[in-house]
Amino acid sequence: MQPAPQDGVKIRVRGLTIGYGGVPILRDLDFDVHSRGIFVILGGSGCGKSTLLRHLTGLQTPIAGSIEIAGVTRFPPPVDEPPPFGVSFQTGALFGSRTLLENVALPLQKWTGLPAPDIDNVAFARLRLVGLGGFENHLPAEISGGMRKRASIARALALEPDLLFLDEPSAGLDPITSVELDDLLTTLNRSLGVTIVLVTHELESIFRIGTDCIMLDRDALGIIARGDPRELRTDSSDPRVHRFFNRLPAGA
Amino acid sequence: MRAAVTALHLETRDVADGGVEFLLRGELTLATAQTAWPKVVQRATDLPEGALRRIDLTSVERLDGAGAAALLALRARTSTPARPVELAGARPEALQMLQLYGCPSQHQCLKGEPQQMPILEQVGREVLGLRAGFVEIVDALGQLCVAIARAVRRPGSVAWRDVPQLMERAGADAVPIILLINFLVGFIIALQSADQLRQFGASIFLADLMGISLTRELAGLMTAIIVAGRSGAAYAAELGTMRVNEEIDALRSLGLDPLRQLVLPRVVALTAVVPLLTFLAMVIGALGGMLVAVTSLDLTPTMFATRLQAAIRPLDVVEGLTKSGVFAAAITFISCHRGLTTRGGAAGVGRSTTGAVVTILFHLIALDAVMSTLFNLLR
Ligand SMILES: Nc1ncnc2c1ncn2[C@@H]1O[C@H](COP(=O)(O)OP(=O)(O)OP(=O)(O)O)[C@@H](O)[C@H]1O
Ligand SMILES: [Mg+2]
Repeated sequence: MQPAPQDGVKIRVRGLTIGYGGVPILRDLDFDVHSRGIFVILGGSGCGKSTLLRHLTGLQTPIAGSIEIAGVTRFPPPVDEPPPFGVSFQTGALFGSRTLLENVALPLQKWTGLPAPDIDNVAFARLRLVGLGGFENHLPAEISGGMRKRASIARALALEPDLLFLDEPSAGLDPITSVELDDLLTTLNRSLGVTIVLVTHELESIFRIGTDCIMLDRDALGIIARGDPRELRTDSSDPRVHRFFNRLPAGA
Repeated sequence: MRAAVTALHLETRDVADGGVEFLLRGELTLATAQTAWPKVVQRATDLPEGALRRIDLTSVERLDGAGAAALLALRARTSTPARPVELAGARPEALQMLQLYGCPSQHQCLKGEPQQMPILEQVGREVLGLRAGFVEIVDALGQLCVAIARAVRRPGSVAWRDVPQLMERAGADAVPIILLINFLVGFIIALQSADQLRQFGASIFLADLMGISLTRELAGLMTAIIVAGRSGAAYAAELGTMRVNEEIDALRSLGLDPLRQLVLPRVVALTAVVPLLTFLAMVIGALGGMLVAVTSLDLTPTMFATRLQAAIRPLDVVEGLTKSGVFAAAITFISCHRGLTTRGGAAGVGRSTTGAVVTILFHLIALDAVMSTLFNLLR
């Protein structure tokens, strides 16, 4: 993988306006994701977190603005090279006609010269890492929703990326599995230096593992708070931020 | 269980300036609202605009969520900006309900009307849509060309592994139905023509007729129609489902090009297989004709076959097979394009599949007309 640029900025977003059919849902975003950090994107349902992630991963073209990953601009997206990141989608998005092992093995087959048995070993190891050892020959339809989530994280890890995008990885997981997932992410982050960009609503995990965050707002069409989530919780004077971190409904 | 339900009663009272006040009595709940509430609404809408001033809730013994929602919607509908309708005298529990279901501003208590477009705007949008659709098709064709160019440069980036299985599904599995249909088509055409030919004493020309119509036109077209129904629909549904489930996005996020992973293998498989099926169709169609020749025209199989051989020129077969190759490419392109542009859940997949088959049928006929003209110029 490419080394991060000197200033330690992994993703640089400038003047980014995104939306559907030319209608913006988020306007003029500026933020940096620092290398080796765990960057959390927060905000109410429907404010555009998944949409932002689709732009960061190059699946959608912005209305305006620029996105650089490791100093390289992402638009137009480069072709025929392995992506410098892994993505886990909100819905899992596993290939329905392939087993879990084949799902994880696919990027390895495409982008590495490993012989088939080694690919299977690596893929199987990834599945074990997310607690899915023993399910490698199941089809996505034959496992539970939370397991699909974990399988998609295993696939995102397949190519050993140093940048991971995860859309609500712990949604649908029980508290214990979700803590284990947090531990997994922390381990990847600390020992392998993986930068993680994460959409989540789990307050505990935001405070436990998040090092930096932005909070998006639907009505403001942009970022209403940024910084270390633990500091935001105590220091922010913005009532919307206060409500979010203290689980208070509007008007309270 | 609760005591018997008290029905809802409405009393009206005239107040100053021609205003009216509603006095509700009893229970306003999901149970009572069903019978009594429409009458209240009717009374309110019968009043002149702005006449309703107040709804007195002092005697409302019970108000549930449904009742509160109905009440708030009625207030929103009858209030005018100058004279909001007042909800007065609610008991504490009722007040809680009203607050729970309350809306920040009056009109937000009313559901949005589905947008009705004026006819002229609809027509305009459709026309613009046609142009956009055309641009989209050209764009998709361009992308396919780019994908082919990239595939030539990096053959390893195409999912060749899927091709054999695709060929089996579109080709081998289709053989029985292709044989059956084309045999019957040959049989029917021969049967309908036999009578006419016999009257002119031209029975032997049945072979010419069958030979030319089957090779140049019918075998290719019938085969393409069957393949459109089988494989075209399948491709649109398959890729549409993948699209809806974000699997296409997942492919792209892994750095894989859906065109080379999914579309090109299908194009290759179908263009390889459909001409073969068409050839089979030509042969079996001729057999169908021969059956008629032997049974109702008193020709021998040898006579029919010899005549057939003389009637068919290589160019006819080339024409049929070329057309079928083009048909195959069109079927795959249209169905995959429809699949990849699916939006909107399960219903979207249905629309894509139907749309793909209809579009394919139209284009098959159109392409056939163009190519027949071209081949006529060649002769
Ligand atoms: N395909 C689409 N076409 C048009 N609008 C869309 C489309 N997908 C999403 N939107 C709109 O974009 C907005 C943001 O959607 P998005 O999926 O990014 O929300 P989100 O923040 O991820 O929400 P959640 O937390 O519920 O996942 C929504 O208001 C939605 O209506
Ligand atoms: Mg989302």
